[in-house]
Amino acid sequence: MESRGTVGRVDRKILVVEDLKTHFKLPAGMVKAVDGVSFDLKQGQTLGVVGESGSGKTVLSRTIMRLTLGNNVHTSGRVSFEDRDILSLSNKEMQKIWGLEMAMVFQDPMTSLNPVVKIGRQVTEHVRKHLNVSKSEAKATALQLLKGVRIPEAEARFNAYPHQLSGGMRQRVSIAIALACGPKILFADEPTTALDVTVQHQILNLLNLQQQERHMAMILVTHDLGVVAGRTNDIAVMYAGKIVEKAPTWMLFSRVQHPYTEALLRSIPRTNQKNHTRLSAIAGRPPDLINPPQGCKFSPRCPYAQDKCREEEPTLQAAQSDEHQFACWYPVGTPENKEAFEKNLAAQLPQTLAFAEGKVVDESVIDNAVALSGGGS
Amino acid sequence: MGKMIGQRVVRLIATLLAVTFLTFLLTALLPGDPVNAILPPDAPRDQATVDRIRAEFNLDDPLLVRYGSWLANAVTGDLGKSYITDQQVTEAIKQRIPITFELTALAAFFALLLAVPVGILGAYREGRFADKSSSAMVQVGLSVPPFIVGIFLIWLFTVKTSFLGLPSTGWNRITTDGLWENLRTAVLPAFALSLAPLAYFSRLLRSDMVGTLKEDFVLSARAKGLKNRYILGRHALRPSSLSLVTIVGIQLGILLSGTVVIEQIFALPGLGSRLLNAIYQRDIVMIQGITVFIATMYVLINTAVDFIYLAIDPRIRKR
Ligand SMILES: Nc1ncnc2c1ncn2[C@@H]1O[C@H](COP(=O)(O)OP(=O)(O)OP(=O)(O)O)[C@@H](O)[C@H]1O
Ligand code: SF4
Ligand SMILES: [Mg+2]
Repeated sequence: MESRGTVGRVDRKILVVEDLKTHFKLPAGMVKAVDGVSFDLKQGQTLGVVGESGSGKTVLSRTIMRLTLGNNVHTSGRVSFEDRDILSLSNKEMQKIWGLEMAMVFQDPMTSLNPVVKIGRQVTEHVRKHLNVSKSEAKATALQLLKGVRIPEAEARFNAYPHQLSGGMRQRVSIAIALACGPKILFADEPTTALDVTVQHQILNLLNLQQQERHMAMILVTHDLGVVAGRTNDIAVMYAGKIVEKAPTWMLFSRVQHPYTEALLRSIPRTNQKNHTRLSAIAGRPPDLINPPQGCKFSPRCPYAQDKCREEEPTLQAAQSDEHQFACWYPVGTPENKEAFEKNLAAQLPQTLAFAEGKVVDESVIDNAVALSGGGS
Repeated sequence: MGKMIGQRVVRLIATLLAVTFLTFLLTALLPGDPVNAILPPDAPRDQATVDRIRAEFNLDDPLLVRYGSWLANAVTGDLGKSYITDQQVTEAIKQRIPITFELTALAAFFALLLAVPVGILGAYREGRFADKSSSAMVQVGLSVPPFIVGIFLIWLFTVKTSFLGLPSTGWNRITTDGLWENLRTAVLPAFALSLAPLAYFSRLLRSDMVGTLKEDFVLSARAKGLKNRYILGRHALRPSSLSLVTIVGIQLGILLSGTVVIEQIFALPGLGSRLLNAIYQRDIVMIQGITVFIATMYVLINTAVDFIYLAIDPRIRKR
């Protein structure tokens, strides 16, 4: 079975992340925002990073990009970008990589564009710096880019200020800025969360189109599994600073292993329902990252949690395929899992009751997601 | 935008009316016979003069009518005449104001010239040594009154050493002595005046800039690989300088009326020393005229500040 975008092409690894940890030192203790994350990404491939708010997605992507997070940060592990050890580079060296080889699209285009600088300058300033081109050449490039991201009347917008554009238009500008120097990898940190539902799809499609046209690697961060369904090669599900399940997208949707992923799947907004309500929210709150629960960090919320879960933390292990990894003692779909569920139901464990009350996973959601991700049958 | 300019102009006119009316009351509300108040103690007090004053100030008319005719004269540049020196008030202002303007402008210029880098540095190195030490120095500048600084400078530059050959007192005019000679007399008093505004400016810019540097657009500028210096100057300075512009305006007003002491110490023939003189002599007409002038300048500066806002922040233009 072929993954999307790799047909007839052997791509090398552009990014290797090994045992990456980002901890913040606070008076109350260490916040383990990212706690031992490993993955790699090939050229032209897209990785979706999914997890609830606070799971460490933003910290992860900013750590990989080496953007400062404050002076109370402790980072360890390895980030290798095109065989360069990113974490050991100086800021000066990073300045030659930022914007040129690595770029980022931020969550909120209302705040990520400078309100007092004209669009034109914001699209051209780093082009002029990195590619050493003249003002008029940079402008020509910028206009082409603005047209490329479907901004009507690009010429006029060039001299506009951000507040004169709608949210969707601003995010298109941000994408144009990120793409301007032809980066090898693009980080998109919840690029559509701040936008209207109708605009969200347009922006995501635009990102996908550009990613494929440029054969660029992309990390798409989102809290919504529905967003990544048809748009990524692989998915990493994050919980409390760790990857708890990782697989090619179609495989993840069709063979869910981790109870947290299952819960996220149940919370994909139903598109056939007008108000986009979630099927069921996940019971309980994300854990305290300073004093996380013992054992599996999902155990206080997991409908299948057993004593073993509360004592011993599971590590990533392979499922049927090596490409599919998960960290759970009682993976979804196994007899052990079923047994654990019934046991908890009998013991009237609150999260298990809540889970049972929530409607059973809507098969159509999964079928739809699997179909979108181009795998399955 | 047009509507906004309209509003500002209406507000300007209203403020000017209020300011001039209040200053006008200065002569109108003094106790006793207004003639006595208007006429300085040392001025000749014959019947002819008294009659002239009664007629000139329309003292038999109601207050508002008097204000009206006074205002009508004032807008044509006639602020009355000193009863001691017989000098027209506008004449005195014209003679003295260049010195005061120059001191004010130079002091504000020194203050800004130092405050912008100090403020930016403090914000950029927030909480580090450069921030703390510059804050401490600025704090000292704020807590020493300008006249102490002035006296210290005179002592340092003329009594102790004759560094740069700076004269301690007196004033050279650009027109007669040339720019260089003029600046030599202006630099010390202007510097003494600039310390307090320097402290205000740099503290304000620093704190606004600390906020700006936490904005997403600064992070996105970093993520574009732009140099720190460029980000600070091109992306962070402008959005951080709105309150700075306000306070520059206010400080210009304060400086304009606050040169009195410094002019005295450095023996500069500016508007402030003329005002002080008029106060000693109870030269009410002169006091009133100069006060109206300074107050008007103050209001005009603040209106100018409003318009500078428009230039700095395009978002305001929209409203
Ligand atoms: N500078 C910091 N100091 C201390 N804690 C921090 C800092 N930055 C982030 N954190 C903590 O790290 C954790 C992960 O934050 P992060 O922003 O990466 O989450 P996220 O997955 O991106 O969530 P969201 O979906 O809300 O964007 C949070 O608990 C957050 O409070
Ligand atoms: S290890 Fe246990 S608690 Fe953790 S997810 Fe798996 S079943 Fe739930
Ligand atoms: Mg985030």
